[in-house]
Amino acid sequence: MSQLDGVKHVVLVLSGKGGVGKSSVTVQLALSLARRGHKVGVLDVDLTGPNIPRMFNVEDKKVTQGRGGWTPVSVGTPSENGGSISCMSLGFLLRDRGDAVVWRGPKKTAMVKQFMTDVVWGELDYLLIDTPPGTSDEHISLAEQMRTVNPDGAVIVTTPQAIATADVRKEINFCKKVGLKILGVIENMSGFVCPHCSECTNVFSSGGGKEMAEQFSIDFFGAVPIDPSFNLMIESQSSEEGKKTPLVEQYGNSKLCPIFHTITEQLVAKVNP
Amino acid sequence: MLIVPDVSATPALKAPEPEHCPGPESQTAGQADACAGCPNQSICASAPKGPDPDLPAITARMSSIAHKLLILSGKGGVGKSTFTSMLAWAFAQAADTQVGVMDVDICGPSIPRMMGANEESIHTSASGWTPVYVADNLAVMSIQFLLPEGDEAVIWRGPKKNGIIKQFLRDVEWGALDVLLVDTPPGTSDEHLSVNTYLKDSGVDGAVLVTTPQEVSLLDVRKEIGFCKKAGIKVLGIVENMSGFVCPNCEGESQIFHATTGGAKKLAEEMGVPFLGAVPLDPRIGVACDYGESFFDAYPESPACDGLMGIIRGLREQIGMEMKEEYEE
Repeated sequence: MSQLDGVKHVVLVLSGKGGVGKSSVTVQLALSLARRGHKVGVLDVDLTGPNIPRMFNVEDKKVTQGRGGWTPVSVGTPSENGGSISCMSLGFLLRDRGDAVVWRGPKKTAMVKQFMTDVVWGELDYLLIDTPPGTSDEHISLAEQMRTVNPDGAVIVTTPQAIATADVRKEINFCKKVGLKILGVIENMSGFVCPHCSECTNVFSSGGGKEMAEQFSIDFFGAVPIDPSFNLMIESQSSEEGKKTPLVEQYGNSKLCPIFHTITEQLVAKVNP
Repeated sequence: MLIVPDVSATPALKAPEPEHCPGPESQTAGQADACAGCPNQSICASAPKGPDPDLPAITARMSSIAHKLLILSGKGGVGKSTFTSMLAWAFAQAADTQVGVMDVDICGPSIPRMMGANEESIHTSASGWTPVYVADNLAVMSIQFLLPEGDEAVIWRGPKKNGIIKQFLRDVEWGALDVLLVDTPPGTSDEHLSVNTYLKDSGVDGAVLVTTPQEVSLLDVRKEIGFCKKAGIKVLGIVENMSGFVCPNCEGESQIFHATTGGAKKLAEEMGVPFLGAVPLDPRIGVACDYGESFFDAYPESPACDGLMGIIRGLREQIGMEMKEEYEE
């Protein structure tokens, strides 16, 4: 029996390029799904740079060993409509948040395997897997582990500029090689609206994600602009002010919430044909 | 061109490495606790031990290079490659400074595109691989030059990546260089360990860490500083990239990535490493990189250029590379 038997859908979040917002997108997909009343699990496979705990403000939490394996850390309390988020990351297993995990491939492979087999997720509607950039050990191991899980597919995140899409193209080819279905492309950091004059500047140019999606004939889920207030919301969770309302509710006021609502709608439609 | 990475230092194993494998090259190979019962045990135990036989070759090749700098960051997409390419262009402005750029990001090489050399391929000669020259005094080496197709994914586990990095260091004909910039992938894993091991004997001047101002990024950079300390690499300083954004329409400044925890400056103080400076976010930098142009040549008057120049001046002082007269003008 596998720990993932109670998980209905497994979705990977991939990108060949680093810093395009894989973790931000994963977090927002999770928040958005939870707002719709789904039970969501988030698995952070980025071993040398785990960011998920910071983004959910659960950095000080520790993973407990329960019956049958590791119990994931839950984020906030389940909302009234039954939506909940729990997450697992290597960040929870480190003694100090500044500790570096200097591991070569075989150790990373073993860790990924353990994450896939030893975490007691229980009943989940969606398991989102956040990955590190690249097409190397973690990804190959995930692809191997995925064979038994039969994942729904991958969401590809990119930024609009050619430098990023060049690496993301490699990731799409990786998905093709390992037989992983691509659900769609999200273009992140697409434009920045100046808070002073409301002029939209394409900081990292624009349209690259859409163009790439068309070229590979994959679905384009949408473009997400840069919103400093989202970053601020994430970063200020630990402050007194931020503690008052749970992140899932705070996110409802974010400008990005409606955008992710449509993205999530497409994603849900795609995995529930 | 199909490349076969050199993995001669690693014995051929008949089964995958077990979970707590000490590494087939390590001194305890075949004798550690994890080796008991491993089908590779006898292979590992009998394989030649001791320092890598290729190290002297690498050291010999590197002896003609005066300064070696690593560009590191725990976080991806903070501008390591952008900074590397701009640093390279800046050094290369002085005609008598020979500059080399080595891209060890195997799975996501960005340097060739930023240098405008995406379609190039390398040439092999008896004495080694000839790097791609994007200017008379600026040589570039990247895995992108070896791929049969631009979009090809390099799906390699650690040992293969180590093999190609070793070849980059041992077999590339750099000639006499004043400075070699090594651009790395994000993280603290195989590539970083390998570069450091292979360059141990030849001596690295140090590492420049690049970060963006927000805590999520600083968190990873903190790990990278820990890595540098563990690995014995000198941290030359931290550069804060994408620090503030000036709207081209109203010239109002806004923070895209908020430095809620004090940004790179505070981190530098906290960790006791120099803070080299900040570079504001300028959309033209991204465009220049996409087209492989030198940002310095295109927009010498921009605030981002000023920021970069200050950082480069600080770096030159640290590694003892004298400012050339021609360059100051």
